[in-house]
Amino acid sequence: MKLPSFDYQAPASLAEAVALLAAGDGSARPIAGGQSFLPVMAFRLAEPSLLVDLRNIPDLSGIKISDAGVRIGAMARWRDLLDDVRLAEAMPLLPAAIDHVAHYQIRNRGTVGGSLAHADPAAEMPTLALTCEAQIDVVGAKGERVLAAADLFTGALQTSLEPDEIIVAVRFPAWAKTKRWGFEEFSRRRGDFALAGVALCYDETEGRAANVRIGAISVADTPIRLKNAEAALEGRAVDAASIEAAMAAASGEVDPAGDIHASARYRKALVGTLLGRALESAAGRKAR
Amino acid sequence: MKTHAHTSNTYIGAHIERVEDYRFLRGEGQYLDDVSRDGQWHAAFVRSSVAHGRIRSVDASAALAMPGVHAVITAADIEGDIPTIPFRRPNPTIGPYAQPVIARDKVRYFGEPLAMVLADTPELAEDALAGVMVDIEALPAIIDRESAMADKILLFEQTGTNVPTMFNADKGDVDAAFASADYVIRDQFATQRQTALPMETRGLLAEWDAQTGRLSVSGAAKLPFFNRTTMAKMMNLPDEAVDYIELDVGGGFGARGEFYPEDFLVAFGARKFGHPVKWIEDRREHLMAIGHSREASCDVELAFKKDGTLVGMRGALYINIGAYVRPNGMTPVRNAAQFMSGPYRIPAIHLDAYACVTNKTPAGTYRGPGRYEGCFFIERLMDQAAGALGIDRLDIRRKNLLTHEEMPYPLATVLPSDGRADTQCDSGDHRVTFDTCVKESNWAEKAKLQGKLIDGRYQGIAIGCFIEGGASGPQENVRMLLEADGMVSLFAGSSAIGQGLETILAQIAADSLELPMERIRVFHGSTTYLKMGWGSYGSRATVMGGSAVLDASKKLLDLFRASAAKRLGVAPETLTIAEGVAKAADGRSVPLAEVAGDRLEVDGSFKNNTPTYTYGAAMAHVAVDPGTGHVDVVDYVVVDDVGRIINSMTLHGQVMGAAVQGFGSVFSEELVYNAEGQLLVGSLADYLVPLASDYPVVRCVSMESFPSPTNPLGAKGAGEGGIIPVGGVVANAVANALQDFGVQPKILPLSPSRVWELIDDARLRA
Repeated sequence: MKLPSFDYQAPASLAEAVALLAAGDGSARPIAGGQSFLPVMAFRLAEPSLLVDLRNIPDLSGIKISDAGVRIGAMARWRDLLDDVRLAEAMPLLPAAIDHVAHYQIRNRGTVGGSLAHADPAAEMPTLALTCEAQIDVVGAKGERVLAAADLFTGALQTSLEPDEIIVAVRFPAWAKTKRWGFEEFSRRRGDFALAGVALCYDETEGRAANVRIGAISVADTPIRLKNAEAALEGRAVDAASIEAAMAAASGEVDPAGDIHASARYRKALVGTLLGRALESAAGRKAR
Repeated sequence: MKTHAHTSNTYIGAHIERVEDYRFLRGEGQYLDDVSRDGQWHAAFVRSSVAHGRIRSVDASAALAMPGVHAVITAADIEGDIPTIPFRRPNPTIGPYAQPVIARDKVRYFGEPLAMVLADTPELAEDALAGVMVDIEALPAIIDRESAMADKILLFEQTGTNVPTMFNADKGDVDAAFASADYVIRDQFATQRQTALPMETRGLLAEWDAQTGRLSVSGAAKLPFFNRTTMAKMMNLPDEAVDYIELDVGGGFGARGEFYPEDFLVAFGARKFGHPVKWIEDRREHLMAIGHSREASCDVELAFKKDGTLVGMRGALYINIGAYVRPNGMTPVRNAAQFMSGPYRIPAIHLDAYACVTNKTPAGTYRGPGRYEGCFFIERLMDQAAGALGIDRLDIRRKNLLTHEEMPYPLATVLPSDGRADTQCDSGDHRVTFDTCVKESNWAEKAKLQGKLIDGRYQGIAIGCFIEGGASGPQENVRMLLEADGMVSLFAGSSAIGQGLETILAQIAADSLELPMERIRVFHGSTTYLKMGWGSYGSRATVMGGSAVLDASKKLLDLFRASAAKRLGVAPETLTIAEGVAKAADGRSVPLAEVAGDRLEVDGSFKNNTPTYTYGAAMAHVAVDPGTGHVDVVDYVVVDDVGRIINSMTLHGQVMGAAVQGFGSVFSEELVYNAEGQLLVGSLADYLVPLASDYPVVRCVSMESFPSPTNPLGAKGAGEGGIIPVGGVVANAVANALQDFGVQPKILPLSPSRVWELIDDARLRA
């Protein structure tokens, strides 16, 4: 559980960072807050030759809120999001969910971009990005590109990023003030990895749900959308009957694995339970 | 420190902050990792990734070629037979199951040491582990007691069995008792494999002085003197040529401080190469290497009269002890048989407790060994019997609890004998702690909530009882010295494992010498302080060490009297000694500090083979979320009677800490293996200990109504009781919360997944 030997660079520009990664020929890795990747290295599950620390690169952090939505720099830390009172107004789902990220100390160091790149299916941010149909801005040796969140996550701890690509920002689309939302997750102790979690949002017009988006945490290799549960609610009033239908659909459409913390059967049921609770809090929250 | 206006005899029983905490809070504690020596090498261990197999070869040549690597020790480096680790409590049949300090022919568990790499830094040593090529022919692994007891695959072929020992606990005529019973309940239960998890992992620093032929081992804990003798024998040295040095220790709980394979190997390396060798266990290897415990199951019966009077108990207990019998590996097995009866008057008992070897990490003790398991079994049966007999849960317990009039009360006789004498509860009235617990917990009001769904959670309450053995014999020694500066130095054979020993012994010394505590300096644990000592295990340090302090104080005051008498030219018996001053009849006086030049030094000791029995009761109020299976501990009350309270503050810490540790046992901690015998728990993200914020409501009430007659302090061991009832009480509370579903938890831990499945199974049955 001691770190393997590696070289370290903390370049002052994005271009320099990309060049270092490209020169590393697949064995150089970028590092942001280090809250996930350093333990991975200590367990010798990864032994990069070079760590490229992104801390000195200007303009990688910061939260911008505009009519176009919320743009969060990759190096923004969880603490920055929780401290930004504008965010609670502009996109309340985000701070509500991020409040569940690990522990106090980890929230002071861990970053949004790091979490997206680490692609842990038990983490909050990947599911939030997927649920809210965020765009991920990426820079690499071949230039800039934009990835839909749905195209980023390819497997457990795996992404479609090239070894020389760095996440620059995540952009969430405009969030109507009237949007309804819910977030629930359950872990064995507060701050542990979620056994399951649900993030959702929808618009409400004339008492009916529209644009229903439901994402789930920790029930598959990647964050997933619960399409059947979404369909069970789309165009319907969010009431006891539709909530029950959505819960059943959610439990029916996931196929989680069991592990030392929870059985597959439990996780399947839990995702339905959490969806029910998230919908109740979404429907019960005072409309603005 | 709070300053206390001192008058004689005011420290014992007071609420006194721990003196050692100044050091810890300022970051001035000195743990093993804080110590380094010039020229030291760092050790890392190659451990088996195969649970059961025959070793074909171990090839270290690639590792030896790596930068910074000085040597790799394998079994081939040890001449003759590989030394095995001795038993603390031998019995006639366990000999062949002792653990060799390094695997030579066969590996029997995941994590067993195969080689030790010595390098310039811990990182380089760890790098080199990948350069040691191990070829093992895998054999089928046995991981549970059923396959162990089938004896088809054997861990030790020469013995013909996977059961090293079966202990019998016997009392009265159990067949007659069951024949006369009106009601018999029989059930099966199991507790999961755990480990004690001290926050500081193990660590050792061994130094060999070739000039003087002396070996020094830093990192001692629990029982340095026994380990010193063990090491000396293995290294073919006289006892006096080996020093065990105790630094600050970050927790023991029964697991840390026993003699492990690494103890020998690190010292062996230091002597072979003449370099100090340091090793700090990392958390991952800690989980696979330090003693495990608690993996027990049972099939037991209780027999009752119609009115709830217990008449008999019989059945079988099975303890999965892992791959070898370690120094105290039999203690949980024996204790489960001995103490399952708890504080209940059971006139007829027959229990068979089987120790089963399997391809898992060898087991040892963990706080309340065997007692926690047995208490879970019997308390679950008591609640179920109460329900079946239609008797109130309080009444069925009160009826069977031991009373003051029955003391001393003999427990069952356990055979084979492992050196422990027949044992008996020494003093107390179990109805008193029970009734206090009922009252403190506001039982009558809480009982009204039972089974109700409030805010989406089912409420449940339960109460249970326990006894805690303490004051393990045979002896403890101290040395007391009046220093030139007038301070009194106290050298104790007891070890400090985080329990506040320095404070407790200083309080006892200060009161018995009638001096301020600030004038007592306590030195402990290291073999360099005393010719012989024992240590801290089996909740013994306060009773055994403390009583030895009383003996030394008395002797020191006698010397002071003689010195003062000489100075004043009067007969010693004419002096009055109070608060550190000897006064003659004519008013002249000599303070203690004035005779410091006389070099007053005494040895004190206390011998006792009769355990003390702290006892008590605990109440749990839980709320169960049927959607997630999460169990919230809404309220928890534990009441114990410890004979005599030495320090109410440290006692409170012990009881509360033990209770919370017990919640970890009930809800979240589990060492899970796969079918191939590989440990699936590799970090604290997998092994879920309670966090500071998890259990905010724990109330502890300690009493001292019935002093122990076994020692001059009247004290009883009190470090373990808090954990013993937690499993039984919480599981009963969960059963009671879910009474409408008919849920009966039989297997721990009560993880959310397991609780939810119990509920869901009940729903599917309905």
